Amino acid sequence: MVAPTTPQSPATPKYTKADFQTDQEVRWCPGCGDYAILNAAQQVFAQLGFPKHKMVMVSGIGCSSRFPYYVNTYGFHTIHGRAPAMATGIKLANPELQVWVATGDGDALSIGGNHLIHSLRRNVDIKILLFNNRIYGLTKGQYSPTSELGKMNKSAPYGTVDQPINPITLALASEATFVARSVDVYAKHLMEILKKAAAHKGSAFIEILQNCNIFNDLAFEHFVNREDRNKLNVVLEHGKPLVFGDKRELGVRLNGLNPEVVKIGENGITEKDLIVHDEHNPTLAAILSRLNPPPTQTAMDEAMAKNPASIMPLPIGIFRNDRLPTLEERVDGQIADVKKKKGDGDIKKLLFAGDMWDVK
Amino acid sequence: MTPPTATGSEATAKKRETLDKVVIRFAGDSGDGMQVTGGHFTNTAAVLGNDLATFPDFPAEIRAPAGSLPGVSGFQIQFAATDIHTPGDRPDVLVAFNPAALKVSLKDMPANSVVIVNTDSFGEVDLKKANCATNPLDDGTLDKYQAYKIPITELTMKALESIKFAEKDRPNKERNKNFFALGILYWLYSRPLDNTMAAIEREFAKKSKPDRPIVQAAQMALKAGFAYAEATELFRSQYSVPAAKYQAGTYRNISGNVALALGLVTASKLANVPLFYGSYPITPASDILHELSNHKNFGVKTFQAEDEIAAVTAAIGASYAGALGITGTSGPGVALKSEAINLAVMTELPLVIVDIQRGGPSTGLPTKTEQADLLQAMFGRNSESPVGILAPATPAECFQYAIEAVRFATKYMCPVFLLSDGYLANGAEPWRIPDPASLPKMEVKFRTEPEGWAPYLRNEVTLSRDWAVPGTPGMEHRIGGIEKSHIYGSVNYDPENHEFMCRVRAAKIQRMAQEIPDVKVHGPEDAQTLVIGWGSTYGATRAAVEDCQRRGIKVARAHLRHLNPFPANLGKVLSKFKKVLVPEMNLGQLLFLLRAKFLVDAKGVNKVQGKPFRVSELIEVIEKECK
Repeated sequence: MVAPTTPQSPATPKYTKADFQTDQEVRWCPGCGDYAILNAAQQVFAQLGFPKHKMVMVSGIGCSSRFPYYVNTYGFHTIHGRAPAMATGIKLANPELQVWVATGDGDALSIGGNHLIHSLRRNVDIKILLFNNRIYGLTKGQYSPTSELGKMNKSAPYGTVDQPINPITLALASEATFVARSVDVYAKHLMEILKKAAAHKGSAFIEILQNCNIFNDLAFEHFVNREDRNKLNVVLEHGKPLVFGDKRELGVRLNGLNPEVVKIGENGITEKDLIVHDEHNPTLAAILSRLNPPPTQTAMDEAMAKNPASIMPLPIGIFRNDRLPTLEERVDGQIADVKKKKGDGDIKKLLFAGDMWDVK
Repeated sequence: MTPPTATGSEATAKKRETLDKVVIRFAGDSGDGMQVTGGHFTNTAAVLGNDLATFPDFPAEIRAPAGSLPGVSGFQIQFAATDIHTPGDRPDVLVAFNPAALKVSLKDMPANSVVIVNTDSFGEVDLKKANCATNPLDDGTLDKYQAYKIPITELTMKALESIKFAEKDRPNKERNKNFFALGILYWLYSRPLDNTMAAIEREFAKKSKPDRPIVQAAQMALKAGFAYAEATELFRSQYSVPAAKYQAGTYRNISGNVALALGLVTASKLANVPLFYGSYPITPASDILHELSNHKNFGVKTFQAEDEIAAVTAAIGASYAGALGITGTSGPGVALKSEAINLAVMTELPLVIVDIQRGGPSTGLPTKTEQADLLQAMFGRNSESPVGILAPATPAECFQYAIEAVRFATKYMCPVFLLSDGYLANGAEPWRIPDPASLPKMEVKFRTEPEGWAPYLRNEVTLSRDWAVPGTPGMEHRIGGIEKSHIYGSVNYDPENHEFMCRVRAAKIQRMAQEIPDVKVHGPEDAQTLVIGWGSTYGATRAAVEDCQRRGIKVARAHLRHLNPFPANLGKVLSKFKKVLVPEMNLGQLLFLLRAKFLVDAKGVNKVQGKPFRVSELIEVIEKECK
């Protein structure tokens, strides 16, 4: 397996965050989580040292999809749901480009679900940032494919009846070779993940939990607030056991196929009993993707009252990170092979072929 | 050997007659290999220098219920010593492999035409499958034809007695009956066998095994059929159809879809821009994807997408990144691509949409031909959405118009539709292969100089913006589906700017007319009726009008290959005629455009049967209208 590296050479340009800002007025609502994500991305892009004229931001439709207008690279704001297909065409046409996709839970998981799974399984080298706020923002507050069951909203005044989808499980099932999760307010962690995604060769999928302070405010607050996040989040680190808690007193172990939260030191449990994260093990990643804290504060309160042991932490970090041949490598490799076999294409030979006859 | 029962045959001394043109139809079950048989006959006719036109007609089902009426697969070819334009209205010869094929085809056969029947497939079960109450072989059905009742299967098996097939492969052995029949026709029309013998070797060599010697079997069946016709004096005469007079050059036989694919590869080479073809399999367009995926040594990138939308979107992405983005489909696929096509309209990126039209609406008649997507190409998107539209007239012209579509798309930075149809796609004709050096160079430039550039700054002549691709230093910019400001391309909701941009996008497409050749009128100066068509109706229209002209009827014809914009002189041309007839395989789509744009009281001649016009149908209309 090839270790991920950040492209660096003596000639790489030196950038600051300002180099990645545009003259366009940012038009997200004040207080929107998108600002934090944009800020993290611009900082990371400045640090990558990758020439910005070779970077392309692609998006579909939705609040998150305005992203390309605010990043001073090449940018393409396309149509609803189709950004992964667009990015695939761009990357295949010019594999030297670094292609990022900004998308939302409606754009990527609802109208664009088909393109998402197929771009991931093809392992085309694009980096997909899924801004997941569990709501439709731009159309003003309808439920999304990640909205929790029973959620009251504009298009479900009596509560949502649709089972939500788990984006991480879906990405893993689609054979994405890099799958990670972070949170809009975890600036440092988010930047770290973005850097690793940039260094990954292949399809990268990053779910970023993002607060929509207008239509779904505080959706994640019950497990990302400063006071509780340590005991309700577990950071996935390759080769390390799943330990969390204010005093790192909690851990996750496998009971058969089911993960469970245990207290280290209780009943003779040590770190050795815990799951050791392996980002090259997609089976383990799939199990970890099923770890989820209760979706709402109310659900959390109920679980706390009934069975606190059932409350699982939110895994953040990298679920899977494997270097496998990318689509563009396969496409270009096949072209090179055929050229070797048949020689460079010659129009004359192409046209003058098959059964021919001459007329004098 | 069973003696042939050639009704009406006197078996007198054999004559050899020369014919000007002949129409043959092979008809059988969809698994009987009719398309293969027709293909071999076609290639031999082509190599002999006949002019030809073919019409493969097959069911949508891969293996429709065997022996049933809907399962009949046909292949019709007209080959001639003179210039012809259609596969012929009515066959001179029918080769029918079962009762269903006979029943379906007989209504097209003129009295006294030749009908060759494989009597081995007229058992009780076969008749029942074809809903025949009585056996057409002996109930008088064939009385008005020159019927040749031949036990083709039995004769084939006898001829192949010396060739050993494993028992389970017996059906494969029987399948050679079509080569036996082909041999009979080769004798009848004095065709040499060598071209087909070599083709069999080439195509089957890899699949041939010691216990499954399919090459030998096919070759032996072909020779046996030929020898049978010769030895049994089955026919009164033997015929020859001499080579047609052609312009000097090297020729090959080509179908519309192959010509189109070769045109795209050639365009990419002429423009020096790599080809990206995004497509989702759909009848009758899939052959273009197959053909292009063979030419990877030209750097062609084919992308079989997850759906029609991804196919076109990826093609737009490729164009944005500096490739020739092309997508190919049929009508239902175009419907799915509409929103993405509009993105290319808005972002002013080159895109060629190949639409091989088929019978619709909805799934319609997937394997049959129709010309009913013209208005979809023209108007089938939200808001003001101008695009270029081209339509080749013959299978061979698909080559030239594929290049033309790429040229317009890259020069005017816009989507261009290339409207072919099932008839052009699968039909074939001889093609004089152009010398690549004689093809016009295509000047495609990417903007690399940031000085004085802006994303929506326009060329004064074409009104197109520059093609500025990612990877170019100093020109980082953002485009998208939201309306942009004139010149600078910032997101802009200003009412005046929006109207200006709508008008400029429309004007840009109209500017193409400056390089579209004038539409030509063929006919006498004093003609008062004009027959004007587009796309694949060309052959039938031309043949019908020329036939009428020869008989002194004052009628002229014109053909449109540019549907948007129209040739600049079209209005003037139309205004010269008292009567304008518009034959189309739809319910009046070009008619609608001509009436709307030129306020001309044109009249439609319409057919939507999944079949091309017969020349005779059009002659009848012209005669009536010119009275």
